[in-house]
This record gives sequence, structure tokens and C-alpha cells, in this order.
Amino acid sequence: MSVSDIYETMSYGPAPEDAGFVHGWLKDHQDGFKLFVGGEWVAPHGGETITTTNPATGEHLAQFPSADETDINRAVGAAAKAFKNWSRLPGHERAKYLYALARLVQKNARFLAVLETLDNGKPIRETRDIDVPLVARHFYHHAGWAQLMDAELPDQEPLGVVGQIIPWNFPLLMLAWKVAPALAAGNCVVLKPAEFTSLTALYFAELCQEAGLPPGVVNIVTGAGQTGEHIVNHDDIAKIAFTGSTQVGRLIRQRTAGSGKKLTLELGGKSPFIVFGDADLDGAVEGLVDAIWFNQGEVCCAGSRLLVEENVADEFIVRVKRRLETFRIGDPLDKAIDMGAIVDRSQCEMIAALVSDGEKEGAVKWQPDIAIPETGCFFPPTLLLDVTPSHKVVQDEIFGPVLTVMTFRTEKEAVDLANNTRYGLAASIWTDNINRALDTASKVKAGVVWVNSTNQFDAAAAFGGYRESGFGREGGKVGLYEYTRDRRGWLASKTDDEAIINPPEASGDGSGDATIDRTAKFYIGGKQARPDNGRTRIVLDAKGGVAGRVGEGSRKDIRNAVEAAVKSDAWSRATGHGRAQVLYFIAENLSTRANEFTARLQSLTGLSRAQAKKQVEHSVSRLFSWGAWADKYDGSVHGVPIRGVTWSIHEPLGVVGVICPDTMPLLSFVSLMGPVLAMGNRCIIIPSERYPLLATDFYQILETSDVPGGAVNLVTGDRDGLAKTLAQHDGVNALWYHGSGAGSKMVEAESVGNLKQTWVNHGKARDWFSAEGESRTFMRRATQTKTVWLPYGV
Amino acid sequence: MPSDNIVELDAHCASGAERNPGVPLDLEGLEHIRVNLSASERRIASLSGRRSVKKEWQAAWLVKAISCIDLTTLSGDDTPDRVRRLCAKARMPLRKDLQTSLGIEHLGLTTGAVCVYHDMVAAAVSALQGSGVPVAAVSTGFPAGLSPLETRLREIELSVAAGAQEIDIVISRRHVLTGNWQALFDEIVAFREACGPAHLKTILATGQLGSLTNVARASLVAMHAGADFIKTSTGMEGVNATLPVSLTMVRAIRDYHDRTGHVVGFKPAGGVSDAKTALAYLILIKEELGAEWLTPERFRFGASSLLGDIERQLEHFVTGHYSASNRHPMS
Repeated sequence: MSVSDIYETMSYGPAPEDAGFVHGWLKDHQDGFKLFVGGEWVAPHGGETITTTNPATGEHLAQFPSADETDINRAVGAAAKAFKNWSRLPGHERAKYLYALARLVQKNARFLAVLETLDNGKPIRETRDIDVPLVARHFYHHAGWAQLMDAELPDQEPLGVVGQIIPWNFPLLMLAWKVAPALAAGNCVVLKPAEFTSLTALYFAELCQEAGLPPGVVNIVTGAGQTGEHIVNHDDIAKIAFTGSTQVGRLIRQRTAGSGKKLTLELGGKSPFIVFGDADLDGAVEGLVDAIWFNQGEVCCAGSRLLVEENVADEFIVRVKRRLETFRIGDPLDKAIDMGAIVDRSQCEMIAALVSDGEKEGAVKWQPDIAIPETGCFFPPTLLLDVTPSHKVVQDEIFGPVLTVMTFRTEKEAVDLANNTRYGLAASIWTDNINRALDTASKVKAGVVWVNSTNQFDAAAAFGGYRESGFGREGGKVGLYEYTRDRRGWLASKTDDEAIINPPEASGDGSGDATIDRTAKFYIGGKQARPDNGRTRIVLDAKGGVAGRVGEGSRKDIRNAVEAAVKSDAWSRATGHGRAQVLYFIAENLSTRANEFTARLQSLTGLSRAQAKKQVEHSVSRLFSWGAWADKYDGSVHGVPIRGVTWSIHEPLGVVGVICPDTMPLLSFVSLMGPVLAMGNRCIIIPSERYPLLATDFYQILETSDVPGGAVNLVTGDRDGLAKTLAQHDGVNALWYHGSGAGSKMVEAESVGNLKQTWVNHGKARDWFSAEGESRTFMRRATQTKTVWLPYGV
Repeated sequence: MPSDNIVELDAHCASGAERNPGVPLDLEGLEHIRVNLSASERRIASLSGRRSVKKEWQAAWLVKAISCIDLTTLSGDDTPDRVRRLCAKARMPLRKDLQTSLGIEHLGLTTGAVCVYHDMVAAAVSALQGSGVPVAAVSTGFPAGLSPLETRLREIELSVAAGAQEIDIVISRRHVLTGNWQALFDEIVAFREACGPAHLKTILATGQLGSLTNVARASLVAMHAGADFIKTSTGMEGVNATLPVSLTMVRAIRDYHDRTGHVVGFKPAGGVSDAKTALAYLILIKEELGAEWLTPERFRFGASSLLGDIERQLEHFVTGHYSASNRHPMS
């Protein structure tokens, strides 16, 4: 077109980013990549390969191996070997390597951006302005954590070899989110990039070589699902970090159950984008563009459910549609487009199928009248109107540029709609009323909340989900803990049973010196409750005599207890000060009845009076500790690069199941109940199977200590049977299990229904008398982090 | 709203374009306006990466920018000869040989207008005779706008009588800062009336209005009162034209157009001094208002040094060599 023609039309022309230098690199590797293991490029064991194409053009880009079990063994071996030295390096030495990686990412920023765009199909604007700068930022930030580890996390140590499996939507960024904290904390990694998008990870391996990273600290193994399975199943891997679909996350939870592997899952979402009538509507429209049409909507935290206040809904939708009419879709390397290509033909087809399902259910589809390239995997920005929570498209993650549109009348309804999902990754809230913004932020169930903004990320701010969006956090100090463990915690060598002091021998004849027939009931919803099945079990004393009877809990008793706990949500809204007072009151009442509990401990466990007295006294002190923490486990404000404030708070998980050990039965019971209550959770406690009477005696204390009904529920009976019901209960948000190794495995495996957070002892015991019986780990395990971003300015 | 505030003026100005007649002031609508700064900044930051013009497109867009410049001198030491030099540049803003190479000779490229103080209007009108380039006069006690209303109105009348076809007025910022929207409306209506056939360009002095929400409200009041253009700044405030402020104003123009069907132009002034920034403004206008706003009838840059940078960029496009300012005639 001539200058004068363009002058008349004022049209846009092509503005392509130069990709020549990247094609040169690909040409150098035209014979195929190898695996990066032990600091070298090694030939794969098998001959299977994967090819990758540019989804915008279909052009062949590269070929790389599909690593098999032998390859994974080799990589894990290399990582384990490297771990010996890497984990012992002074923090400053690790910091220097991470800093070198950060600098190398910056020096190769344009190359990485172009390569990522070629491989993934996302616009060069995003790789250049968002992905790659965030990658560098992540390595810088974690160079700092490596430097400060010893000072800031003195009670933590690295885990060992970490297996990391990352998705195709932010290939290099997810690599950085995984590798940087793992290395900072002293771990070595075996990372598998997604099979659609492995190229930037392979280039990153070259950067690791350039940085002089010790061999084996980072190993990059390419492959598909099978390769991932080998990593997940490997015995020498201490932790799996996975980002991807909820479906695969569930499989990984099942596969790793009982293995002792630490696990973090960053899964799917169906995040609400809430627009109140008093928002800057044009600002919110652009926010929406960044929410659901960022990265073609292939974003786990995409704002895919628009909730707009009825009084501005029509006007808002008009503005959204007008904005979409100016959308430009095309060559992702072009600097004048809004949206690039969908990662793969299969993904494109999946999106189309879900949209079509939505239409069959009555959704009204709207797409702008704009040019879409005829070749390549492209999908237009799409609105699905006239939908309700009953529509599949409103519940299911589409992972494409498709927005569902619903309205609400009040803030309460907005929150109810927002939370009407299995997921809980992110939420975006638009209002110029700060009261409404913060109130809504506090009520949405999401790990990340953006006020008047969306899809903001930073290495200093935790990211991760509630509910079936997974568990664990990435970024900031809280993210670092996912790559460490307590230096002292579980007693490694003793099993739970061995740790019991003076275990009683059962006489077996059921006779004893109990003179009064006492059958302790359950404690549910603040009331004593009989077992649903009417059955009881005998509790023996230390001499093998009958100490009493307790209820034989069943599925229905668990159901009732969970219902009571769910209803008792006022406890979760109580102030820290209020909860502290209750915990102190419990301690006070226990202290008053110290003699009675001492005698009970003696008679049940055979402890000496001095030993029993010590346990009771320690229990009182422990309750004081948790009372003390109730108003002190503060959140933090993050130093992220925005004009605004970004903070994380520790929210209660909600309803927590607690299965108590037999070890030190009174002290362990209060040590577990304390933090759960202090952090604002309601709980269902299964007391020690062997010594349940200590807990059933305790409900008289609960009744007199202003504990609201339903905040603590006690069900006695078969430990693993009740644990299983709790693990399978979708209304239970977390489960702490102290029992056998087999029981731990069962709990982890059965937790997949709602992906509840589990904390199990793998058959190990804890010294409840020590400081580890009241460490911060209990609070981390009793809470989930919500990060709120609040930019400001007028 | 009292409809007698609407002043019936010529629906058409000298250039023949339809003018904004104004509408009754909608005080209640003003209250609902919210503009969020961080969201506006995010839009601007994102836009620079979403749109780009290269090669022929960049050249054409820069030629367009020239056609939209209000070539300006607003200095206490302005003289008739200085203004004549400026006008000569306005008539021929780009070297003839460059125009030939670009293939745009037939466009008869000029700047959008020449903008001067009242005392320089006569010299400018005379120097621009026959060029079709209108003269704009800054008026109403520019830049502070704190002279008596009577003299401010008289100043407009005198400039129009001297041949100014556009009057760039300044608003009383205190009316915005005290929320006295009716007073602001009445003031602009009076200015509009004094303009007669001349176009009214309303300078909001956005750098002094305190918030983007105030900028949006003042923009709407000015348009309700019949402004033909709304303009960011005098160039004398601490902060002059910025992209987030411009975003706010063009969105107000769009909303006003949606509601009334009337077209209002936009003029960022002060601080637009290089080609790259000018392109960012043109892209903003195209994205938020549409390409139909990219004409001198609807869009102007208030600038003095911008033209020089564009000339150098266009010479680079033509020759492939980086240019120097001494190769281009000064104004």
C-alpha cells in the first residue's frame, strides 16, 4: 500500500518481530535435541521422539526425545548426586548462580520471547513484556532467597531431588516458578516441560551450562504423559511440583499417596471477574481483555466467568462487544495483535466442542466480526450469554478465549455466584468503593484476588489456589516453604506405636476394675450425641481392665459432625482476640481439672503420676501457646512493583479433620486441636483410638469454655475407618492424619475427591513435648494464603 | 435542566463540518462517572505493545500527525516576523522533495492550524492567506483564566474579529475543584456564544484538576456546553498532556457521542514532542474513537517541537539515513 493510501484509511500494517536468529538456533538443532542430564546433552535410551510445530503456521520447529524410565532414572541419579554438594553450598554461592541465571535470561530476553512465541503461539507482546521479564524477576527474587535462606528459614532444610512437571501455557515462566525456588532452597530438579512447548526449557538448559551451574542441579527431560509418570513414580524423588489440569493433578495425588513425597498442585480454575455498577466500566472492559483474552484464554487463573451488576450489565456488554470489534487476531510475532494462536489443533477443537455444548444448552454465542487467519490454530474471542450456574460452560474450565456472562443484584449474590464453583484460584473485583472491594475480597474463595486489576504476577507475591485449584503456593516466602521441610519434626526412626510410653497389654477378657459403667458419647455441634448405629467399643486401662466405653463412630456420625462444623462458620469469622480468649479459657479449665486428667492418664496409659502430671501441665502450656498465636500469625505485605499494596493473609481452611495419635494422648490431642482452632478452623477430631476417654472427658471442658457448638466435634471409633470417611468427604477442606503408614497412604489417595489438603505422619511419631510440637508448621498447615492486589491512585 | 442554557449557534463553521450544539447539563450523570487511574495506566501500558506501525504505515501515520498539528508559539517575545516564519512552516511543513518521495504531493499537506496569542492573530491571518490553514487564538486570560469574565469574553470577540477561526479558551479550574459544574457549564456556554462562528476549543488544564474522575467530569461538562474540541493543557501546567489523561478525555468524547450523536474533537497539548509519542496518541485515538477521528477536524496536537522530529523520521524513511535538524527548514 502506498503512503497516501494509508494516509486516507489510517489502517494498520504488518509489524513482524524478526525471528531469523531463533530460526538459526533451531537449524543448528535440526537433527533433534537430546536430554539435559548431569550438565550434559545425553542421547535418550529409547528412540521415541516428539516433534513440535508453530501453531500459528503449522511449520515444523524441532524434534526432541521422549524420555523413558531409564532416562528418568539417570536424571534422578544425576540430581541426587548433585544434591550432596548443592544443598551444602553456602546460600551466597547458590545466590550467585541464580543471579547469573537471572542475568542470562535478561541478556537473552528477546531470543527467549521469540522462541516462546514460535513454539506456543502467544503474542510476542506477551512473551516480551510479561513472560520473560517475570522469568528474570523470579530468578532475581530467588537469588535473594538463596542468600537469605539461613537467616530467614533457619529451621528448614532442602528436600532433595524435586520432580517438576509444567504446562504449555506459560512454558518458560512456569519453569522459572518451579526451578528458582527449588534451587534457592538447595534442591536439585528434574523438570519435564510440556510436549507442545519444550523449546524454551531446552534453551534454558543451555543457559544453565553458560552460568556454570554444577552438573545435575538442573536436569531437563522432554516427553509426554508417560515421561511425567516415571517422574511421579520415582522412589528417589522427594517432591512433585505440578502445574496443569485438575484431572492430572488428581492422578498425581493418587500415585504419590503414601510415598512420602511432598506435593504441590497448581491446577485449573473458573475464576470470577466481578464488575460492580460503581466501577470504571471502560477500565473494567480492558481488565476483562487482560483477564480472559490474555494468552488466548489459556490461563489457569483466567477471569472466565463475568459477573456484572444488573444495573450496568447491558451498558457493560455493549462496551465489551465494541472493544472486541477492534480486536486483532493473527501472527503472534506481529506487534500489532491482541491475540495469537491456540497452542495446538487438539486444544482448538476442545474449545470449539465446549462452546458448541454451551450453545446446545441454550447459551447465546457472540463473536466479533473480525478477520481470523485461515490457516493455523486460531479461535475468536467469544462471549456466551444467557447462561446460568446450571450450564456446563459456567462450571467447566474451557481454557480458551471464551467468557461466560451472568448478572447479579447485590454484593452478597456476587459473592455467592463467585464461590459457586469447585475451583478457587483467582478473582478480579472492579469497584471504586474501597469498602465493597475489600469486603468482597475477603469473602471470595480464591488464592489470589485482584482489585481493579487482573492477572498480576510477581515473584514476591504468593500464587496458588483454594479448593480444587490445588494446594501450595508459588512465589514469596510462603512459596519457599514448599521446597523445604522442618529440620526437626517427625521422629524418623520410631513408629507411632513404639513411641507410646508404657503401652498397655490388653488382658483380652474385657473384665476390669471399673465400677461405674460410663459410656462416653460423641460431641457434635456442641451437644453430646449417641452413635447413629447404637454401638459402643470397650476402652481398656493400662492394666487391661475395662476403663469405660465409647461410641463406635460410623459414616453417618462423621456426616453429622461435618454438617455441624460447616454450620459453625462464625468461628472462622471470629477475631483472633476472641479465639485466643477461648483457647486460654480451655487451658484454664483443664488446669482446674488437672488432677482428674492426671489420674485418667495414669490409669489409661500406666504413666507414673509425675509423668502424667507433666503431660497435663504441658497440655495447659500448649493451649496457652496456641491462644497466644491466635492473634499473631500475621500476614505480610509484599514488595511488588506496582503503585499499590499487595498483601497476603492466612485464612482458615474451613473444616479440618484431625486424626489423633495414641502417643502422649492428651498432649497430642490439644497440640492438634489448638492450632486448628487458633487459626479459625472448625474441626472433627477422631481421638486416639486407644485412649479416647481423654478426649471424651475433654468435651466437658469444651462445654464450659465458650467453644461455640460445632467448632470442635469429637467422634470416637475405628481410626482408619473414620479417617477414610473424612478423606472422602467433599465438605472437609483438610485432613491431618496420625496413624499408620498404610493409613497415611489411604488418606492421601482418598483425598482426591475435592483435593483436600492432607497432612499425614507416614507412620512416624512426633515428640509432642518438644518445641516441634508447637512449631509454625502447624499454622502453615492450618491456613491457606490469600494474596490481594490493590493498586491505587486517582 | 434548563434548556435555555443551550445556545443556538451556527450548526456549521467555516470549514463546513457539523458542530457540537451542546445539550442540557446532566448533573446526575456526572455523579456516576468513575475513572480508575491504575486501570487507565494499564490500558496505556498495554496498548503500546498491542499496536505498532512500521515502514509505509509509520510514514503515512506521521504525515497524518503533521496534518493534525496546531503549530504553536505562545511566547512573550513573539513578534509578527516570528509568527510569519511559523506560518510559512505551517504552509509547507515537510520538505517538497520528501513529499515527492513519499508520493503525497497531491495531499497539499499543511499543519492543522497555527496557534498564537491574540496580538499575533492579525499577522498570522495575513501570513496564511489562501492556505486554508486556520488561525487559532488562545484566549480568556490564557493560561490561568483568572481575568474578569467581561474581559475574557471581549478577548474572544476581538480575536474572532481579527480573523481567528478557532478559539482555545481556558476554563476556571476552581469550578472543577469546588464541584461547581453549573458554573463551569455556564462559563463555557458564554464563551461558545462569544465565539460565534469560530470553533471553541476548551482547555481543561488537566494537570490542575486533581484526578482523572474530575478530568472526565470536566470533559463532559465542556461538551454539554458546546465545546467543539476538548484540549488537555495550556502547556504551562506542571503536568501537561499524558496518555492516561487523554484516554479519559477520549472516552468521555465517545460517551458523549454515544448519547447525543454529536462529534467533539480532542487536542492533547504540551509534552508531545517526538514522533513516537505522536504515534502513541494516534493509536489511542484509533482504538478508542475509531479512525474517523484521525482528521484535523477532530484531532489536533498542540505542539511546537514535534514537527521537527517527524520531519527527521520521515527523511529517514525516505533515505534510510538518520537525519539532522539543520536539514529541515525551521519555523
